Amino acid sequence: MRSRLILWVPLALFAFFAGLAAFMLTQEKDQFVESTMIGRPLPDFALDPAFEGLPGAAKADFGGEPKLLNIWASWCTPCIAEAPQLEALKAQGAQIIGIAIRDRPEDVARFLARYGNPYTRIGSDPISEVQLGIGSSGVPETFVIDGKGVIRYQHIGDIRESDVPVLLAELEKAR
Amino acid sequence: MIAEIGLAALWLAAALAVLQMVSGAFALKAAEGEVNPLAIYARPAAVVQAALAVLAFVMLLYAFAVTDLSIKLVASNSHSMKPFIYKLTGTWGNHEGSMLLWVGVLALSGGMLAAFERRLPERTMGATLAVQGFVALGFYAFLLLSSNPFERLPVPAAEGSGLNPLLQDIGLAIHPPTLYAGYVGLSVAFSLAMGALLTREVNPAFARVMRPWVLGAWVLLTFGITAGSYWAYYELGWGGWWFWDPVENASLMPWLAATALMHSVSVLAARDALRTWTIMLGVLAFSMSMLGTFLVRSGVLTSVHAFAVDPERGAFILGLLGLYIGGAFTIFALRAGAVAEGKRFAVTSREGALVFNNVMLSAILAIVLLGTLYPLLTEAFDVRVSVGPPYFNPASAIFAIPMFLVMAVGPLLRWRSDKPARIQFEMLLLASLLIAVIALVSFFGSYPFLPLLGLGLAAALAVAAVLPLRGRKLARVPVATWGMVLAHFGVAVALFGMACEGAFSEERLAAVAPGGTEQIGDFAVTLESVAPVAGPNWTAIEARLAVRQDGGAPVLLNPQARSFWSPPQSTSESALLTKWNGQLYAVIGNQAEDGRWQIRLWWKPFVTFIWYGGLLIALGGILSIAGRVRVDVKRRAAIAKGAQRRADLDALGGVPAPVPAE
Repeated sequence: MRSRLILWVPLALFAFFAGLAAFMLTQEKDQFVESTMIGRPLPDFALDPAFEGLPGAAKADFGGEPKLLNIWASWCTPCIAEAPQLEALKAQGAQIIGIAIRDRPEDVARFLARYGNPYTRIGSDPISEVQLGIGSSGVPETFVIDGKGVIRYQHIGDIRESDVPVLLAELEKAR
Repeated sequence: MIAEIGLAALWLAAALAVLQMVSGAFALKAAEGEVNPLAIYARPAAVVQAALAVLAFVMLLYAFAVTDLSIKLVASNSHSMKPFIYKLTGTWGNHEGSMLLWVGVLALSGGMLAAFERRLPERTMGATLAVQGFVALGFYAFLLLSSNPFERLPVPAAEGSGLNPLLQDIGLAIHPPTLYAGYVGLSVAFSLAMGALLTREVNPAFARVMRPWVLGAWVLLTFGITAGSYWAYYELGWGGWWFWDPVENASLMPWLAATALMHSVSVLAARDALRTWTIMLGVLAFSMSMLGTFLVRSGVLTSVHAFAVDPERGAFILGLLGLYIGGAFTIFALRAGAVAEGKRFAVTSREGALVFNNVMLSAILAIVLLGTLYPLLTEAFDVRVSVGPPYFNPASAIFAIPMFLVMAVGPLLRWRSDKPARIQFEMLLLASLLIAVIALVSFFGSYPFLPLLGLGLAAALAVAAVLPLRGRKLARVPVATWGMVLAHFGVAVALFGMACEGAFSEERLAAVAPGGTEQIGDFAVTLESVAPVAGPNWTAIEARLAVRQDGGAPVLLNPQARSFWSPPQSTSESALLTKWNGQLYAVIGNQAEDGRWQIRLWWKPFVTFIWYGGLLIALGGILSIAGRVRVDVKRRAAIAKGAQRRADLDALGGVPAPVPAE
């Protein structure tokens, strides 16, 4: 009898996958739960540089102009997909500060060499401390931070081409 | 007219798939050794269906060749200015065309099975063709109801909108069709497995029918993955050869399952063992092909290679997936218990080693599947993550390392039962080789552990691959055994390439002014000039790099940064200098404000061995098929000769006829 039950395992596993995939297909791609930190100031943090080429990032770097805070990692495939959009945002005047999650300096340098470097500073967050602190749970995510260091807007997932004007508008609003 | 002929052919093919399915199902109603009169339509239906599906594909190919802009698919994926070869490859460089190619190959292999396969009992054959028709029908429904490739535009377009420039490469002409043919070959293995399960005829004779299909599909998948890896390596311009991207994984997963299936079906054919396991892997291998199609086409996962994504189509494919795979696993659960177990064997035996490796392959498959689907799982809880090399490399290594170790000694073991003491000498030799290489390389520098272990394993595997030939008359070794030796040796070669690339690669990113020189490895690379160039539908800036090795004569490399205008997109065309012991890889980047150019250079020792290894593995598979076919033809000839002699004998009234010397 034991061996007969084992024969149903593949079907059970497949049913689980099919259910999950069906659920995902019915979901609106862009409905995400927002961070509870929106409207609140950034928590205090000061991160070491993620690699030699750029300075690290700290709360003090946010001030004056509104800026984008981009959470990413060199090992993250959607981050490759959004790289051209970050370049486009930079080209239209957005200042982007990056936080590299659980990354290594040589991998960060390699990623930036391959896909372009839109950042003015990149902090290294090896244990996701800051990431969790600002209510982000995955990579990539992008936040709009206003001149007083308050989180104004959160974009979850990779930035698609259609998201670029939205982010620019949010930056303008945060001014 | 062309589009209408194609569409009509598709509808007719779908109708024939229904006939094939119903007629084939009647075969199951026949008594042992008899043929149900309604079952005789299954074979001709499969053959004609194949002809019609191929006709539909040829019509679409023609429409792309002449750039018929009244067809929506051509207008949105082609352009009159495109080079002719890419007009043709554009046929399958899009969603609808690739699905039509898929169903065309599916119908063609079903037709071939129906036309040439005479060894299976008619009941099993009927059931197999019924399943094959059922699978095909789903894809026809998909094409006809949701992605009609022949849809006309109300007004013909003035000009087409082009093809994704990443796809405008000769690599695309061979890579996806090869993979598709491999996927679809697995559909035949799937249908055969289901047919045998339905009639409970899971035996060596069935395995011998299934084996060439599995081998063929596996060869094509091996070749497709190898070509795809090289394509990504030189076309995407990032210098890596494997990224564990969902689309790459989508092709790797069926390969892993097919590798396990190929070994297991061989055991079933030779030793009548592993019956349930073979059926299970047959279902699993095709499930992985379908799952790959679903992941790539539905857009549920983000990938750098997913070109045609659409959630509604995803729902359709998911429905098909549920029908086929869910149905197959249900029948499996209900019936597999009724399939009598095959012959028993000891743990230390050839069978035992093969089972161990099949389990390791399945574990790696589970690791890759989990890593690929994990983002989907977390996303259901509104958490988006990306799983990359930090997970895949160590997790798969945990199972790959014991697999390679057993792979080295497995072919040395005897069937059924053996004593490890008998191959003491070989095991000692391989172990000392493994340790010696690791020790030797570590002596010259400090390298990461995994590549180091890979080097040792590669050396041991290379020797282990040829050990089964030891003490045998080489001329009398069966061709299929040569195939195994070559394929296993190919694994060692590929592993050597991967390990060298991982351990010894050098990388340089530099800003260089024209005239400036950078040193990498033994090479001095001078940026002579940067100039604009124009192609048929792109413009580019092209660097002239003069490469001198140890002060020798310069070789020119011309990496480009291309801009396509229809649709607008830029790509990076890397330039490669291939030496016997590695490749110099050059990419040109942006220009800095001070006028210097970003140049990226890699020296990758023995990187080409990765793909040579892949080709050797595929070649081993081809040899194996050739060997099996030869044996089969000989056996048939012998049977025919025997029958002839018996007939002659009868004619002579029992006196033996003189036999001519051969």
